[in-house]
Amino acid sequence: MKIRVERDGLADAVAWVARSLPSRPPVPVLGGVLLDAGSEEGDTGEALTVSGFDYEVSATVGVPATIAAGGKTLVSGRLLADITKALPNHPVEISVDGARVAITCGSAKFSLPTMPVEDYPQLPAMPQRAGALPGEIFSSAVSQVAVAAGKDDTLPMLTGVRVEFNGDKLTMVATDRFRLAMREFEWQPADQVETAVLVPARTLAEAAKTLGSSGTTVELSLASGDGLLGLSGTGRRTTTRLLDAEFPKYRQLLPADHASAAIIEVTSLVQAIKRVSLVAERGTQVRLEFTEAGLRLSAGGDDEGSAEEELPCEFTGEPVTIAFNPGYLLDGLQAVGTDRAHLSFTTPSRPALIKPVSEDGSVVEGYLYLLMPVRLPG
Amino acid sequence: MGRSANLPRGLVDRFRAGADSWPDDTGCPILHVDMDAFYASVEIRERPELRNRPVVVGGTGPRGVVSSANYLAREYGVRSAMPTSRARRLCPQAVYVPPTFPLYTEASSKVMEIFREVTPLVEPLSLDEAFLDVSGALRRLRATPAQVGAQLRRSVAEQVGVTCSVGVASTKFIAKLASGMSKPDGMVVVPHAQTLEFLHPLPVGALWGVGGRTAESLDRVGMETVGDVAAAPLARLRRVVGNAAAEHLYALANGHDSRAVVPESAEKSIGAEETFDVDHHDRELLRRELLRLSERTAASLRSRGLRGRTVSIKVRFHDFTTITRSRTLPVATDVSREVFQAASKLLDESVPHGAVRLIGVRVEQLVQAAEVGEQLFLDAPERGWREADHAADSARSRFGGAAVRPASLLGQGPRRSGLTEPKPDRGK
Repeated sequence: MKIRVERDGLADAVAWVARSLPSRPPVPVLGGVLLDAGSEEGDTGEALTVSGFDYEVSATVGVPATIAAGGKTLVSGRLLADITKALPNHPVEISVDGARVAITCGSAKFSLPTMPVEDYPQLPAMPQRAGALPGEIFSSAVSQVAVAAGKDDTLPMLTGVRVEFNGDKLTMVATDRFRLAMREFEWQPADQVETAVLVPARTLAEAAKTLGSSGTTVELSLASGDGLLGLSGTGRRTTTRLLDAEFPKYRQLLPADHASAAIIEVTSLVQAIKRVSLVAERGTQVRLEFTEAGLRLSAGGDDEGSAEEELPCEFTGEPVTIAFNPGYLLDGLQAVGTDRAHLSFTTPSRPALIKPVSEDGSVVEGYLYLLMPVRLPG
Repeated sequence: MGRSANLPRGLVDRFRAGADSWPDDTGCPILHVDMDAFYASVEIRERPELRNRPVVVGGTGPRGVVSSANYLAREYGVRSAMPTSRARRLCPQAVYVPPTFPLYTEASSKVMEIFREVTPLVEPLSLDEAFLDVSGALRRLRATPAQVGAQLRRSVAEQVGVTCSVGVASTKFIAKLASGMSKPDGMVVVPHAQTLEFLHPLPVGALWGVGGRTAESLDRVGMETVGDVAAAPLARLRRVVGNAAAEHLYALANGHDSRAVVPESAEKSIGAEETFDVDHHDRELLRRELLRLSERTAASLRSRGLRGRTVSIKVRFHDFTTITRSRTLPVATDVSREVFQAASKLLDESVPHGAVRLIGVRVEQLVQAAEVGEQLFLDAPERGWREADHAADSARSRFGGAAVRPASLLGQGPRRSGLTEPKPDRGK
């Protein structure tokens, strides 16, 4: 293999692929980045493809290149990422000689050992295209939902985002049993599929960050029989293994009505929560007391110190005093993405709902963040 | 500890427990249990050939001091805290052993575990002594305090392989004096009604808080025995030892000691561990052991009204290398099943295979359940594992620890017999 590529394109491609590599690969080849010049497997329409795969997640990106001699080679992903990032802005020449690869850029020369390509696993083929949607919708939906996913892998079904394909409607939902976030939106399906899959939340969030920039289109492709989801956009393609677990039956848990509701400005509430929860030891609860006069926030007690703060809000319904874990409450308020939020309650031990509010004061449908309260002692 | 040497031995015989008879123990729920020559006894257990020889455990370097000496060595005048060089001159024929602290800690936690099977009210004073308040356990065990004491002595000897001495009395102070007088390998019961008869002939030095200086001051004014102190006008006592000390000594000398047995003040963590008789490789066996320990740890949390957020496991391999691994849960728990799930996950993910000598479960970052709110679950059933645990706890408190157990622990039978608890009558 002997090729010539632009430095920036190469550095971006290698950096993107290397970020999904395992930090401690179980076998050395899985820590490698595969460079494939002109062979058919990695066909992206570009001359050079850069790929990584650890059996869970694969990432492939094409880079324009001039090929003097085609071929494949496998080198340490971390090292290659560090090198390409540091190269001067000149064309880069990569050539393989026996078991070593030479990288030349300007007057800088590197010689790296390669790993046996034969030992590298077959990259999964991109599944069949299921549909497409604008990049910014995809990335905002994923970040609004993934925040509620569980981090504790003792319950694997909670570490995923459930994606429901329902004709031209797409639903994403995640829960760690303390809160649940759900986003529904329209998209352009390739055909009318009705199915649901569970995607590892961390992988999905990572992909959304790098694929979902504004003005782009993200394509989803699905092989639910093989347990594989593909995401692609702007020349980048990634696949992830789906979680094989049963997601909780959540629709019946969503409250149908409420006894009281408040509309409140997000930024000032967020800052007030951060202040009063300074005295809430080990993430213990903040108390919210809603009356028609407004909202009174408080936290702490006699031993650790206490704090309180009052905020104006539009409140209708029965006065309510309810307590939440401050971290979970902040996650929800920061996820709505609007200046004001609609909070609704039934009782202090039943789930509360947080929804976005538009400029004109009406609730924006399509997103909800459900939060379980903390039952106060005594 | 060393104070018992000054006590009139003849007095003790009236209160000493025989094989299965002892003075009236009604109203004497406080036990003080003190291991006999603990470090030395553990060393002898490990090397039975030392059994009939004087054994001294201590630093063997030039500045070493004696940590523990068995009773044969004590006959030559060897005492704890004495420089080892001096002990060597007194008793050159003794076997001198450097301390093996992990062994003592292990034996100690086994002993404390035996105590906690009797009552949660165990107040360890050091590795080798503890106060127990058994008043709440008598009905369940269908035993009197002295019976509990006798059974504890048997259990410790059988399961840990060392002897201990027990004092049974109505207060901590008297119980501690009594255990000192029962040494070695004995039990002294001081009937509630005879507390003063027992106490008053003792020298003033027996009073808790009276050291050499105070004893001298008291002696100068003619107070030699505890009885003298009790009979003295409080004003006179105040002039001799000062106001604060006078009140304290006067109360003690009259048999008053209202200190309660406090199980480990302000606990930072709660756990249980098990040392195997033989090392184990089998992961299934280790997992079952974790289940048993998780059940016990969580029950202990619940009985104290605590919950903890961090679950850790400790694994000691055959060569004494020890690893501890922990994980933090989203919310604090006292549910057996949640503790076990975290512990079991830690075993799977972070413990290399090998011959395991000891395994333990611990819960840290404790909070008072009554003071913190309870984070509610989205799909939590009305009655979940916590309620199941509480039901099991109340069954166990009526019928003993074996009454309710996870099915996977049923086949094992009682691994360590503990106290022979009355079995529930299944015929009715």
